[in-house]
Amino acid sequence: MADVTYLEALRQGLWEEMERDPRVFILGEDVGLYGGAFKVTDGFVKRFGESRVIDTPISEAAIVGAAAGAAHMGLRPVAEMQFIDFISCAYDMLTNYVATARYRAGLATPIVVRGPCGGYVRGGPFHSQNPEAAFFHTPGLKIVYPATARDAKGLIKASIRDDDPVIYLEHKWLYRRIKEPVPEGEEILTPIGEARLAREGKHLSIVTYGATVWKSLEAAEQLEKEDGLSTEVLDLRTLLPMDDAAIMRTVQKTNKVLLVHEDTRTGGVAGEIAARINEQAFAWLDGPIMRVTAHDVPLPYAPTLEDFVLPQTEDIVKAARWLAAY
Amino acid sequence: MASRAAPTRESPPIPAGLARAHLLEMYRFLRLTRTLEERLTALYRQSKVIGGLFRSLGQEGESVASAYALERGPNRDVLSPLIRNLGSMLVMGAQPAEILRQYMAKAGSPTHGREMNVHFNDLERGFLGQISHLGDMIPVMTGIALTFKLRGEARVGLVYIGDGATSTGTFHEGLNFAAVQKVPLIVIGEYNRWAYSTPPHKQFAVQHLADKAQGYGIPATTVDGNDVLAVYEATRSAVERARRGEGVHFIEVKTYRRKGHAEHDDQHYVPRDELERWAKENDPVDRYVRQLLANEWVEERELKEIDERARVEIDEATDACVDEPLPAADTALAGVYVDPPAAPRHWYRIP
Repeated sequence: MADVTYLEALRQGLWEEMERDPRVFILGEDVGLYGGAFKVTDGFVKRFGESRVIDTPISEAAIVGAAAGAAHMGLRPVAEMQFIDFISCAYDMLTNYVATARYRAGLATPIVVRGPCGGYVRGGPFHSQNPEAAFFHTPGLKIVYPATARDAKGLIKASIRDDDPVIYLEHKWLYRRIKEPVPEGEEILTPIGEARLAREGKHLSIVTYGATVWKSLEAAEQLEKEDGLSTEVLDLRTLLPMDDAAIMRTVQKTNKVLLVHEDTRTGGVAGEIAARINEQAFAWLDGPIMRVTAHDVPLPYAPTLEDFVLPQTEDIVKAARWLAAY
Repeated sequence: MASRAAPTRESPPIPAGLARAHLLEMYRFLRLTRTLEERLTALYRQSKVIGGLFRSLGQEGESVASAYALERGPNRDVLSPLIRNLGSMLVMGAQPAEILRQYMAKAGSPTHGREMNVHFNDLERGFLGQISHLGDMIPVMTGIALTFKLRGEARVGLVYIGDGATSTGTFHEGLNFAAVQKVPLIVIGEYNRWAYSTPPHKQFAVQHLADKAQGYGIPATTVDGNDVLAVYEATRSAVERARRGEGVHFIEVKTYRRKGHAEHDDQHYVPRDELERWAKENDPVDRYVRQLLANEWVEERELKEIDERARVEIDEATDACVDEPLPAADTALAGVYVDPPAAPRHWYRIP
């Protein structure tokens, strides 16, 4: 079993779906000969041809809109946003057209819109964003956000096979940073809507997703060693629909919960999770639901500033200690 | 007006109403742009540049010449540069040290480390920094030019757009609005052959960017973007027209992006011979120098002096800022709103 990176696992998943299903095709900027800005589709045009790996103009609204049209007609488009920051240019198509299509018109729109998101890479305000909250509020879309190589593969395959539109968020800081064995030949599918218990624990729970899964695991390790605290870490994997059952299970088990995400705080996904816990598991809580998130500012470029704005492992440790002592 | 050197024989008149001093000043901006970018490349290799580095090699001519056709000075014309228009910013008065500080994310950079590279602005000097979302500056510059019109000021706006960015929705909406309002705006469409790795035929089905202008009902010109004086002349006439209240003008400059999209990009998708041909036969600085010398408008000695001054200027600018500190971490919280002046610090970050 070969160790593969998050990026390679995603690539494999895309490749296998292209091989399996001739209806699947890719469209996006520089995805063909260039192989994508991060080389996710490297070699695809050679194998599958220019009719299934389509280089587009710099036109995100057209990419998503055309994907929707093709999906109505029975194809399975995978649209790449070169950086997820540019998905805002397709906000109208996604929220007004795509998300409402089934409900208002009975139209199937099985598209995947994927792209590199996230910070910790000195990308500045326009190459580091986490756009999930902007779409989380829109009924009709699904949002997945893998943290592991296995899920990068399992979720791209599940997203392509899903009959509804899926926004697939891939973290560029994880692309080549994490590596794990991913079995070849075995069909890896990660069910959409199912969280994953990344670490078992009994004193408190961290609910998180994306790159901060790794920072939370690092914090849990430190808490174990330095404080003897046993911390459970739940990796949501899918944000919409959210796995309420898994969240409530961990809350009922440890009775204390820390919500961690890389996105900014106000209007972020953690607020919704807190509300659900409040509604569904209030009686099990032995402390307030706390959040570790980015500060509410655009993401700055300078390393000192970016590190300050984004949540770091030591923030999680500090917040967890406070909560454990509550 | 500058005096002309006494030529040994009668040299042809300098075109476009320019004097010798202007020719030399444009040369200075060309040389300064190239020298500054070469310095940035060295700093990038030393990991002193924090993020990506974007070169304008081969496009300095059109950037400098188009900006040079504007009226400069406090609260005169305003332009909005893209990532490959460093030259235009220097013309408007941006300082090399400001650019260096931006790339190195220094506390003393114009954006205090919040934004990168040429993404900064000074409306008084006449430049408005872009954001990464291409096309967005067209409607914004339309609004700036609209203000000039509404206030009856004899000022114009100029905005750059790459061949790839003409595929964006905001380009279309902005240009159409500018055309309807007949605002004093000059749009420089840079046909530089590559949008990241995407060639023009995958970007649009017209042959020339200028063909698009017809659809908006505005006049368009196509010029050789590596001919400094041709770009200057075309822009100057569009500026005069706009200043007279005759509205938007689109100028397509045919040029060539000789480096990758950014420094990490190895350009494997570019035919090698094509790159070499443009470098050898069609470098805008080389062509300009040949033209200046062949017509005996300037002397080689003068150009060499400018080269040397540019080198010294960039050395001094680098020395002045290379060891400056990065911004203090908690300055990240300030400046999102006027009030409150800073975003709240999260509770677990309170010392």
